[in-house]
Amino acid sequence: MSTTTQLGAAAGVSEATLAAASTLPLPLIDLQGLSVRFGDRDILCGLTASLRGNSIGLLGPNGAGKSTLINTLLGFYKSAAGSARVFGYNVGTEVAKIRGLVGYMPENDAFISKMSAVSFVQMMGELSGLPADMALERAHEALFYVGLAEARYRQLGTYSLGMKQLAKLAQAIVHGPKLLILDEPTNGLDPSARQRMIRMIRDIRDGKEMRIVLCSHLLRDVEDTCDEVLILKQGRIAHYSNLDEERRANKRFLELETYGANGDFTEAIEKLGCECAVTANRMKMILADGVETRDIFKLAAERQVRIRRMNFRRDTLEDIFLKAMES
Amino acid sequence: MAVYRRSYRPYAGALTPAWSRWFILFRYSRRDLFRSKFLTALFVACFFYPVVCLLMIYLAHSVSFLQEIGLPGGFISIDNKFFFHFMSVQGVFAFLLTAFAGPGLISPDLANGALPLYFCRPFSRAEYVLGKSSVLAILLSQITWVPGLILFVMQAGMAGASWTWANLWIAGSLLLSSVIWIAILSLLAMALSAWVKWRIVAGALLLGVMFFGAGFGQAINAVLRTFSGNFLNLAYLMGTVWNALFQVDVDHAIPVAQAWIALLAYCAICLGLLIRKVRAYEVIR
Repeated sequence: MSTTTQLGAAAGVSEATLAAASTLPLPLIDLQGLSVRFGDRDILCGLTASLRGNSIGLLGPNGAGKSTLINTLLGFYKSAAGSARVFGYNVGTEVAKIRGLVGYMPENDAFISKMSAVSFVQMMGELSGLPADMALERAHEALFYVGLAEARYRQLGTYSLGMKQLAKLAQAIVHGPKLLILDEPTNGLDPSARQRMIRMIRDIRDGKEMRIVLCSHLLRDVEDTCDEVLILKQGRIAHYSNLDEERRANKRFLELETYGANGDFTEAIEKLGCECAVTANRMKMILADGVETRDIFKLAAERQVRIRRMNFRRDTLEDIFLKAMES
Repeated sequence: MAVYRRSYRPYAGALTPAWSRWFILFRYSRRDLFRSKFLTALFVACFFYPVVCLLMIYLAHSVSFLQEIGLPGGFISIDNKFFFHFMSVQGVFAFLLTAFAGPGLISPDLANGALPLYFCRPFSRAEYVLGKSSVLAILLSQITWVPGLILFVMQAGMAGASWTWANLWIAGSLLLSSVIWIAILSLLAMALSAWVKWRIVAGALLLGVMFFGAGFGQAINAVLRTFSGNFLNLAYLMGTVWNALFQVDVDHAIPVAQAWIALLAYCAICLGLLIRKVRAYEVIR
């Protein structure tokens, strides 16, 4: 899956890049100057992005506009300016087609208390267009899949919070959507229930049958499940990050604390093609392609340099998020 | 049925036509309603008076039997007043049925935040309102104009073509009077249900609108020495329209046309209130 993303205006992008972009598959979500206003408050301000990832995380502090963006993509809110497309369908004019392809798990409680889980999920399947018998069969399957098999005949009102979250997930996948939108799926879950939910989302992602948009303010959830992340701040895009690429890049970022190192050691490392910066007895380097840590150990042994500490300093999602918030 | 699959599989089969999906809500809501034994009993009780009317029509054409029991041949007269009384009785039952069934239609969805789950699917707000209102509309039709027309057909069959042609307008009156009563009851019940969210309070409010509205209207009439208070009395407005439709001679404080306009305005207000509340998320500006 290509993860090319264009943020901001297309100005400054070379023709070759544009030509390459035109050969890419249709973006999952394409925002062009999307703005949403409630009264005189700007909730989303001119969002422009083209997201193609398999699993996209929407991150941001509370009130950043994550849920508003999701609700706008589902056609619940009208845009004040700009446009949004999902699978190429315009949110303003083709919302029914989008809704036919989407499964949505809302943030808050959303169920019918006096219905059993199986009836509830079956009804939601039927409303998505499944014939009644198929909806019943798939409701059972979806409830088995999310782990509510034993409790599927119980009324939803008697469910615990974690079970309600799972029931919401079951209704979101019962009709086999192409895109699963999860709004704060781990909200209010205890650690083990959260782990179960994350495992399930990863399983869905790895199945490749549907793409995922996960909205959360929990960095760990996004880091565990997403390959792209869009960080929102006060209704604007603060940062876009391809986590897969970041992870790959960060593997070559090395920090050393040495004893007995001299210019000769630094020179030898630079000869391997690594970029190196030295401060007192600390060295920071970006490892060149093909250079492994054992090569560094070998050079140190040859020059009798002691390595007291070595670590890959990862630019974690938390760092990325904090940088985006500071910018 | 393969219920033991633990892996996810996509769906690639045929879909039902989009226009038919409102009926799913009707099916589920009706099934939910009839889980209540009280409602089932009330629904059955609603057919008591139509059965009595059926017997009366039969007796009205059994002159020899009436004479045997010492009653004159024209003791039971099947005319516009007969059908007007039928509608009046069934109208009360329709109100009772609405007071019990109506408030529970939308309030559970709103109370538990289920509306986003409906509207994130290819299912519109209009279809939602249609699906929910059809529950009451069909339920109330079953006890008003459907038995009314059956009685009319029965009478027509026994009385012959001349009676039928002379009184065909009664069939239209039965239909029209039922439709306006069903529309106002359904919309009022659903609007209250949508705004109050609690089923019991919505039911109490429905009774309050009918009875308190009537009392308040009378108080306005008495204090201001006017008839404008009758516009707050839904039952009075309905009575005025029914009297005109069935051509029953009763003096009315307000003209029939104004009563019609007032009832249609109530319907429009209720529909507006309903549409305002029935949305995935409420926008707080």
